Amino acid sequence: MPAVSKGDGMRGLAVFISDIRNCKSKEAEIKRINKELANIRSKFKGDKALDGYSKKKYVCKLLFIFLLGHDIDFGHMEAVNLLSSNKYTEKQIGYLFISVLVNSNSDLISLINNAIKNDLSSRNPTFMNLALHCIANVGSREMAEAFAAEVPRILVAGDTMDSVKQSAALCLLRLNRTSPDLVLMGEWTARVVHLLNDQHLGVVTAATSLITTLAQKSPEDFKTSVSLAVARLSRIVSSASTDLQDYTYYFVAAPWLSVKLLRLLQCYPPPEDGAIRGRLTECLETILNKAQEPPKSKKVQHSNAKNAVLFEAISLIIHHDSEPTLLVRACNQLGQFLQHRETNLRYLALESMCTLASSEFSHEAVKTHIETVINALKSERDVSVRQRAVDLLYAMCDRSNAKQIVAEMLSYLETADYSIREEIVLKVAILAEKYAVDYTWYVDTILNLIRFAGDYVSDEVWYRVIQIVINRDEVQGYAAKTVFEALQAPACHENLVKVGGYILGEFGNLIAGDSRSSPLIQFDLLHSKFHLCSVPTRALLLSAYIKFINLFPEVKGTIQEVLRSDSQLRNADVELQQRAVEYLRLSSIASTDILATVLEEMPPFPERESSILAKLKRKKGPGNLHPDLDENRKERSANGGTADHSSTTSNAKSSPLSFVGDLLAPASTAPPTNRPRPVSSSYLLQAPLTPIPLQASAVPVLLSAGPLFQVAASPTPSTDLLGLGSTITTQNSAPPASKGTSLLVDVFSENIAAFPVETPVAVGPVADENFSRFVCKNNGVLYENQLLQIGLKSEFRQNLGRMYVFFGNKTSTQFMNFAASVVCQDTLQAQLNVHAKPADPTVDGGAQLQQILNIECMSDFVDAPVLNIQFRYGGTLQNVAVKLPITLNKFFQPTEMTSQDFFQRWKQLGAPQQEVQKIFKAKHSMDTEVTKAKIMGFGAALLDGVDPNPSNFVGAGVIHTKTTQVGCLLRLEPNTQAQMYRLTLRTSRDTVSQRLCDLLSEQF
Amino acid sequence: MQFMLLFSRQGKLRLQKWYVPLSDKERKKISRDLVQTILARKPKMCSFLEWRDLKIVYKRYASLYFCCAVEDQDNELITLEIIHRYVELLDKYFGSVCELDIIFNFEKAYFILDEFLLGGEAQETSKKNVLKAIEQADLLQELWEPPQGWLSELSLPAST
Repeated sequence: MPAVSKGDGMRGLAVFISDIRNCKSKEAEIKRINKELANIRSKFKGDKALDGYSKKKYVCKLLFIFLLGHDIDFGHMEAVNLLSSNKYTEKQIGYLFISVLVNSNSDLISLINNAIKNDLSSRNPTFMNLALHCIANVGSREMAEAFAAEVPRILVAGDTMDSVKQSAALCLLRLNRTSPDLVLMGEWTARVVHLLNDQHLGVVTAATSLITTLAQKSPEDFKTSVSLAVARLSRIVSSASTDLQDYTYYFVAAPWLSVKLLRLLQCYPPPEDGAIRGRLTECLETILNKAQEPPKSKKVQHSNAKNAVLFEAISLIIHHDSEPTLLVRACNQLGQFLQHRETNLRYLALESMCTLASSEFSHEAVKTHIETVINALKSERDVSVRQRAVDLLYAMCDRSNAKQIVAEMLSYLETADYSIREEIVLKVAILAEKYAVDYTWYVDTILNLIRFAGDYVSDEVWYRVIQIVINRDEVQGYAAKTVFEALQAPACHENLVKVGGYILGEFGNLIAGDSRSSPLIQFDLLHSKFHLCSVPTRALLLSAYIKFINLFPEVKGTIQEVLRSDSQLRNADVELQQRAVEYLRLSSIASTDILATVLEEMPPFPERESSILAKLKRKKGPGNLHPDLDENRKERSANGGTADHSSTTSNAKSSPLSFVGDLLAPASTAPPTNRPRPVSSSYLLQAPLTPIPLQASAVPVLLSAGPLFQVAASPTPSTDLLGLGSTITTQNSAPPASKGTSLLVDVFSENIAAFPVETPVAVGPVADENFSRFVCKNNGVLYENQLLQIGLKSEFRQNLGRMYVFFGNKTSTQFMNFAASVVCQDTLQAQLNVHAKPADPTVDGGAQLQQILNIECMSDFVDAPVLNIQFRYGGTLQNVAVKLPITLNKFFQPTEMTSQDFFQRWKQLGAPQQEVQKIFKAKHSMDTEVTKAKIMGFGAALLDGVDPNPSNFVGAGVIHTKTTQVGCLLRLEPNTQAQMYRLTLRTSRDTVSQRLCDLLSEQF
Repeated sequence: MQFMLLFSRQGKLRLQKWYVPLSDKERKKISRDLVQTILARKPKMCSFLEWRDLKIVYKRYASLYFCCAVEDQDNELITLEIIHRYVELLDKYFGSVCELDIIFNFEKAYFILDEFLLGGEAQETSKKNVLKAIEQADLLQELWEPPQGWLSELSLPAST
């Protein structure tokens, strides 16, 4: 045990600590602690009242146990008792315990607050300080509520001791951080600012911290602090090193206060007042000058303190960004530090220079240090320093030095720490794109990235290179040649296979003239990688193969052979299997012209912000990307006033590529002149989110976009446009009115067996003659013509339904290629899910085919889905479209209620938009029983004896949708004399009231 | 400053001061992670590192590591000197401080820290003034409290 002469040796505590230290094992320690806890517990529970000293000792032991990492669940009350002791050390230990073991127990909080209140009003500065320390340490909401008003009063009171002022200032700072809403500005704010003039430097130090925090919250209130801070700073900077006595630290005058004042000034723009501004500039110059003076001490504390002030001054200079001379001087100073023997200074210089690089005044000056920084990247032993060097290289990069910087970062990548590789990859990819003058360099760079650090190349990076190659004609041949060569390597990264597959699939023809890269060699090369790749890559390769069939008819046989093999056609992975089946089929049935259209080269991507940049921002947070935020400013100086490549232009063909859109939405905005573009972009733009309303003429583009799009862009099956599920939606979404009689549609309908669901067109008007009959009933004949009869049987429960559709062949001839599908148009898509189970493609003469529809109501709706039927009868294609009677009231559940309940609810639903009323003429005879049956058939419960007038009808029910349930009340008042009805609907949703009223009023 | 930790070369936490509200669990996790990270670093490495969204400033004195977490815009070098000043204060108070002093008189280490830093900011940077405050407190205790360590062991009735 050390000999400490001062303070109170609590012998029992020291013995206990010794015991713990002597424990040989964790178990022994726990045993000793449990013994002590039992002892303390019994002492606290014992009959004898403990004296203050013992209480203090035990509380202190508990605290020690807690700080060792054990849980403490008692002793809080004893600690609170100590707070009201008039012995300083007891009080002190009590406060320490409370500060460390904050307990949100509300009884105790009020006791603690009471004790604090007493000490704050004790006028004993030592006690007041203890109380203020406790508030600052705990900083809880409850304490803020209790003391946020009191502390400012203590702070600015004329008779408060200096040491109490210091505690009060920082106590208030803490409360403002934790509960800023409770610290209210008031008349004290002006007086706080004047603490900057205080005689006592300790008070000024504490006050400066407080004012900085408050100024960030409400700059206007503390504007006057600027001139005071400048004055104070000026006095410190110009003082002799001994003037400030104990506030001088290793020959540096008040370094903490200086740093804080410089920090406070960074809350504001440069002072407008010329005199103040001049004085501040003088201060900053003096600080810069002092950095050049020989050190007054060899101690590291001296240089640290001096440089702390210097770095803070440089931060302020960068923050103001208005004095070119100062900026350049700062840069030169940092340049010296770049080669300093102190690692700390090198680290800070690199960090600080990063922000300087974004200023137009100092960007060029920063660039002169490029060799030193590159050297740091190669030679620094500490990864955190190397990280700073990478950041700085990124920040100082512009067109003039991009090739050098990218090359250095690439070569560093080979040996870089794993922890920073991905970030370097992103940075290289961004710089290579941003400053590419010739795109062969860009392609080379990205392929090198994949070669050196393939595992760290995220999807965004390789998507991006493909976008750029597709958007730029002049690089396509080079890209094809380069990937072809890169793929020759016996082991290449899967990302290279992806890029290679995509690019050769699109542009392999550009190098096929060379016998060394003939179509067959290209294919064999790609296919040699196939079996080593993951499923998504294989899927992409399959798409490349079908593209090859179009590019090179001569290898069609070879590729079909591959597609036909069991390992493809019967692949366990459904995606691969499906692609193989579809591509094989497509290549066998489609003519060359059609193939050429379907497998058209990908259209250019629209320009958008780079997804790589977005990823880097996510990774680093915006704070570390000053260089990008200040892009334009930097460019102005780098390019002599023309920021051409950073401006976005709409024409991808003519603009130097800036941030072209990413693969995530392969949508086209500006059709290039050399390719037919049969689809309007709005359809494709919806692709990732909603099923595509596909017009017949859009088929080729979607087919060509589909497979590649799916692999490249999104792993979710719903976006796979060639997938089975979505081909149904494709079909579903066919606008029934569009008479798509283009070549392609005919081809597909001729070969309907190959693409059984690829038959999207409904011809002729939608039949709805019988629609309203089904509003109040569920079974019956929906449609009939000379060939076909459609019958329905349906049942509904809550928000779900099932409908059996019977297709009767009224002829004696077989219907071929029979297909029926349900289309929910526009908003209905989101409101109603109708899933049609697949049915047989043939209906024999005189036979009936049953198809089951599963229905789910998502939210209330108005429109009805359309049933599209298509079949071949005696050589002609028949199309029928019928409106399906799925109406909102089908999801009604009847609700019985008493008269009293009914009228109470009726009144609750009294808002104008909740009620819809209609007065209409009777279309049928006004038979009471028929009316009752209809209301029940409508779905509502018919409530007898509710309406005082017995001839009125009253009903109630709940509409069930997946998202909500809507209570509905209805009242039908017949007027037999006038042959009129008055129908009133009240529900909690205006749209529901309106729709139900419309539906029901048609029934009488 | 968000927090300050003192730990030994063996990774034992000797003092922890938190200036931001964190649950006990979070505190333990942060301490564990950080102690590991720092102990793994080599002696000549720089005293600063990025850690989560904070800047860590640390320095080793004999067997003890002093480690502070500050925010992005805070000044690393001045934080390094905050550590040094605290070490000086401990040294002056205990007279050539060692790890044992801080173990056996942990409460004093906390009291001194509270006089020096409050709410994570420097309250009083003058060494004399801080020590004066602590000595005054010790004086108060000597005035008001007879040395009664041995009395309590005999469980005398409470005097208050």
